[in-house]
Amino acid sequence: MRADLEIIQEWIRPGSQVLDLGCGDGELLANLKSQKNVGGYGLEIDQDNITTCIEKGVSVVEQDIDRGLASIRDSSFDTVVMTQALQTMHRPDQTVEEMLRIGKECIVTFPNFAHWRARFYLAFRGRMPVSKFLPYTWYNTPNIHFCTFDDFERLCVEHNIRILDRTVVDHKLRDRWWIRLWPNMLGEIAIYRITR
Amino acid sequence: MPSDIPADSIGLVTPETLHFDTPLALSCGRVLESYDLVIETYGKLNADASNAVLICHALSGHHHAAGYHSMEDRKPGWWDSAIGPGKPIDTNRFFVVALNNLGGCHGSTGPKSINPETGKPYGPDFPIFTVKDWVNSQVRLADRLGVSQWAAVIGGSLGGMQAMQWAIDYPDRLRNCLMIAAAPKLSAQNIAFNEVARQAISKDPMFHSGHYYEHGVVPKTGLALARMVGHITYLSDDGMREKFGRELRAGKLSFDFNNPQFEVESYLQYQGERFSTSFDANTYLLMTKALDYFDPAAEYGHDLVAALSHATCRFLVVSFTTDWRFSPERSRETVDALVAAQKEVSYAEIESAHGHDAFLIPNPRYMAIFAAYMNRVDAESKALANKESNHAS
Repeated sequence: MRADLEIIQEWIRPGSQVLDLGCGDGELLANLKSQKNVGGYGLEIDQDNITTCIEKGVSVVEQDIDRGLASIRDSSFDTVVMTQALQTMHRPDQTVEEMLRIGKECIVTFPNFAHWRARFYLAFRGRMPVSKFLPYTWYNTPNIHFCTFDDFERLCVEHNIRILDRTVVDHKLRDRWWIRLWPNMLGEIAIYRITR
Repeated sequence: MPSDIPADSIGLVTPETLHFDTPLALSCGRVLESYDLVIETYGKLNADASNAVLICHALSGHHHAAGYHSMEDRKPGWWDSAIGPGKPIDTNRFFVVALNNLGGCHGSTGPKSINPETGKPYGPDFPIFTVKDWVNSQVRLADRLGVSQWAAVIGGSLGGMQAMQWAIDYPDRLRNCLMIAAAPKLSAQNIAFNEVARQAISKDPMFHSGHYYEHGVVPKTGLALARMVGHITYLSDDGMREKFGRELRAGKLSFDFNNPQFEVESYLQYQGERFSTSFDANTYLLMTKALDYFDPAAEYGHDLVAALSHATCRFLVVSFTTDWRFSPERSRETVDALVAAQKEVSYAEIESAHGHDAFLIPNPRYMAIFAAYMNRVDAESKALANKESNHAS
């Protein structure tokens, strides 16, 4: 199982209802179901992922998150999860607002654009960073709204969002002690647990 | 005629007629004292009857869902694309039951049948059936076949509505509900199209207020018109453009009203003509009423979430992008209600140019999702069978 999903799983209570936005092949939900008796749904637009979810017995709804979550009632989920997709949203701020409306708690993970390697790339090569972890060029990237950890935390302050937990890891999703010294410089992926 | 029966076909099949003597109370307040249901079954019922699947048909459907009746048949059953060995509804694994609903015109008791009270055909006096009534009759069928719980109840369009009614009214009697190209109720536009169809039939001079059997005639013109209007709603604008465009049969305009000139005119006339000689007008009227009346939420204060909260089965909902009869938005109403009721549901919106008819036409993504879901149903049925056999031993 992906390391970030393992961390997320720790934060989800047994028997709760979870909505996974951009659930991919349903790995998180399948694990939560079998290990923690967690119910819920994934939203996904990738056709192959949808079929894989159905094969696994994961409830998946074909829905484009960018077109809104208005069909879902207020506070209808215990936890709303979005892994590595916030930066692909047209309006990440509105998506986070919607997540907080439909979920009592939310978990979001996203890459840190202020990681030293990205800074170095931009500062010395003068070009948008491309890495193994984020392999796209500026014109074809789905990642249209990169932000840094500090940017995200600023958004939380402006929107009255409470940060309950934060784990910062490297690109292999390992939790290293030295990242904690200067997360916005050394961390590559952040996992936030937020609420209102 | 199939010179050879394809390898993935169930092959030659034979319908059977089951007689029921227990009176069936109907939503309209009347009682059907006794009736026949004509059915077809494919595959084998397993020892603990856990692999049975019910196929519910749409407006003009019937019990002949798959395979061929004879080597002379031009076409297989209406859902042969989905039912057969190795197909999504795999007859090597499932015991598949398809029936002709009451009020139908393919062998089950309907307007053409003799009313025992008068000794004449029921005609327009045949009671108006609702989806709920059909489901009640299908429960009797399940009892007769020894099926206490369907592995799945599956239907497209009006068939999907029956599947939904099953989930609401008989939650213990199905484990999965598949609603394809359906809607939780008809819109004003849907009812309007049905009304045009009914008017076309009832205004035909040959209709004789529905007693046309006694006059030895059929309201062919009206029924053909009804079918033509209906057929347009089953296709999509894109699909019609692709299939017919503005093609002319003779290559040029003839400046008269005598013959169909555009290919699409000729196609519709052919469809109408063929339908009017094979289908019963009174049945058509009944089927459109069953569609109009379908609104399971009405019994629950018009709250679909409350209606579906009774369900205990899992759901698969599928819609098609160009379907404007029951558009993806209509399927979304069902999905949203199921999510709000915290039911297990998966939903896919399939890209297709075939409009409402897409549910009958094989399409790689549709078939992949259908098969993936049915594999799951099969695995669950087998797990259940193992559990029960362990329990017994």
